[in-house]
Amino acid sequence: MFKTLKATLWPAAWLGWQIESNWTDPFMFIAFSVAKPVTGVLILVFMYWAVAGVGTDAPIYAYLFLGNTFYIYVGAVMAGASYSILDDRERYRTLKYIYISPISLPLYQVGRAVARFITGTLAVVITLGIGAVFFQLPITVLRVDWGLFALTMALGLVALSALGVTIGMWTLSIRSEPWFVGEGFAAAFYLFSGAIYPIDLLPAWLQPVAYALPITYWLELIRRALLGASAAAFPTFSAWSNGDLLLTLGGISLALIGVAAVTFQYFDHLARERGLIDVTSNF
Amino acid sequence: MTTSTIEITTLNQPARLDRGWRLFVRSILARAYPRVIGQTREKLWIFFETFLPFMATVGYVFVYRAIQAPEDYVGFVVIGGAMTAFWLNVIWMMASQLYWEKSSGNLPLYIIAPNSLMSILLGMAFGGLLATLLRAGAIIILGTLLFDIRFQVSGFVELIAVFTLTMAALYGLGMMLASIFLLFGREAWQIAEALREPVYFVSGFYFPVRALGFPVALAASVLPMTLGLDAMRQLSFGNGATLGFLTVGIEIAILAGLTVIFGVGAKVALEVVERKAIEEGTLTDRNR
Repeated sequence: MFKTLKATLWPAAWLGWQIESNWTDPFMFIAFSVAKPVTGVLILVFMYWAVAGVGTDAPIYAYLFLGNTFYIYVGAVMAGASYSILDDRERYRTLKYIYISPISLPLYQVGRAVARFITGTLAVVITLGIGAVFFQLPITVLRVDWGLFALTMALGLVALSALGVTIGMWTLSIRSEPWFVGEGFAAAFYLFSGAIYPIDLLPAWLQPVAYALPITYWLELIRRALLGASAAAFPTFSAWSNGDLLLTLGGISLALIGVAAVTFQYFDHLARERGLIDVTSNF
Repeated sequence: MTTSTIEITTLNQPARLDRGWRLFVRSILARAYPRVIGQTREKLWIFFETFLPFMATVGYVFVYRAIQAPEDYVGFVVIGGAMTAFWLNVIWMMASQLYWEKSSGNLPLYIIAPNSLMSILLGMAFGGLLATLLRAGAIIILGTLLFDIRFQVSGFVELIAVFTLTMAALYGLGMMLASIFLLFGREAWQIAEALREPVYFVSGFYFPVRALGFPVALAASVLPMTLGLDAMRQLSFGNGATLGFLTVGIEIAILAGLTVIFGVGAKVALEVVERKAIEEGTLTDRNR
């Protein structure tokens, strides 16, 4: 187990870090890594502020701020794991070498996402800090339920990694425009997971999609861990206890690991049979 | 007549080459053609490039609904969402284009071809604008139907003028960035990706830009979308003028100025690129 981690996860994480960061100096890299997610949150803050008569003490303010901030991890971990396959196959043309090397491919995918997880964490921490200092985000470090937060993060990262592996392996079999798939999923999850508004606002026929996504429960638990009682101000999950949410998130995460294992086997077989490991899409 | 005879006859005929403005115009049309035809051939591109910005737009509409904003704000978001298609087109298909061409090995061909790089970039801009118009139109139509947006256009002529000037300045900026991004090399990819949200933010794609305060909004006015969007919103909605940053007349004048500045800037930057490519011979090296 330790040998596998040493041979796959660590080198993949290091490679991912180099790809992400070595195009410029560290200062520029951090500035660019943080500017994108921070301004993403600021868009919502200024949308909120632009509407007269709404105070920052309204529950929706912290709801959308935290939802959007932690959604950074969805792009970092899920998209990081899925894009690594396409990056290696089409941009660097190295997937064929990775395939014949004695490593675990799913673990390699997760390792590649680690670099994005690190930069994502940096962006999340800075965004929360800016929110607390400049934008009246009601977070107090001493009132945070750190146990619930750690458990929720762990379960969420497992679910996101499993989704990333599944999507990444699927894109391996798509001949036309595979690059859009990861982005499409991230956009859809943003819309349906209640990241920036309560899912009650979705049309009734779309709400079951939100309830099927692990991100919905993950974000709700993150809000509860960071904000305490004021987080449960919306009717969506008001009847759900933290235990209910954790059980559901854990169950979905477990199911997603199973799905990732099955889809990996299937698409890996398909890619080998059809010779898709070193093809270039759209040509 | 044998095949070899045909080949010899063809080779002996002097080639009819266009020169001057005829070559310039034909180069523009030739480069615009694959932009329009190529993008409509790939149906998935149309779907994703319309669908993805529309998803984000819908998300922001729900945010305004959640905070019970006046209905005009929903219209603001839909117009902003439609305009993201142009910004993405400019960043990915204009600014990054010479870098892509270098990576794929086409850039040396562009440089040794007898036409100017300016005409090639103008062709890309013209074709890209036409192709993106379809996506932006689809977002506005879908948004209008889905969210029952009521437009109250106060001046069609001004609206067309604002849109035209915004696009001219925006694609001029894209042409200028194409040369700059080429000089950056691999950083271009990262910069293009990293610029997206910051530009959406400072240009007020999803909220009236005056919410940023006068100094920030003024600094952001160097990006054509900032004033273009603000003027379009002022002219398209009942409450638009009360939420505007500057008067429409001033915004039109600044947009006209930006069009000239970016047009000249693009020409100068391209001349630098061409000179470097010829003198150093390293700019077109795909391994750099």
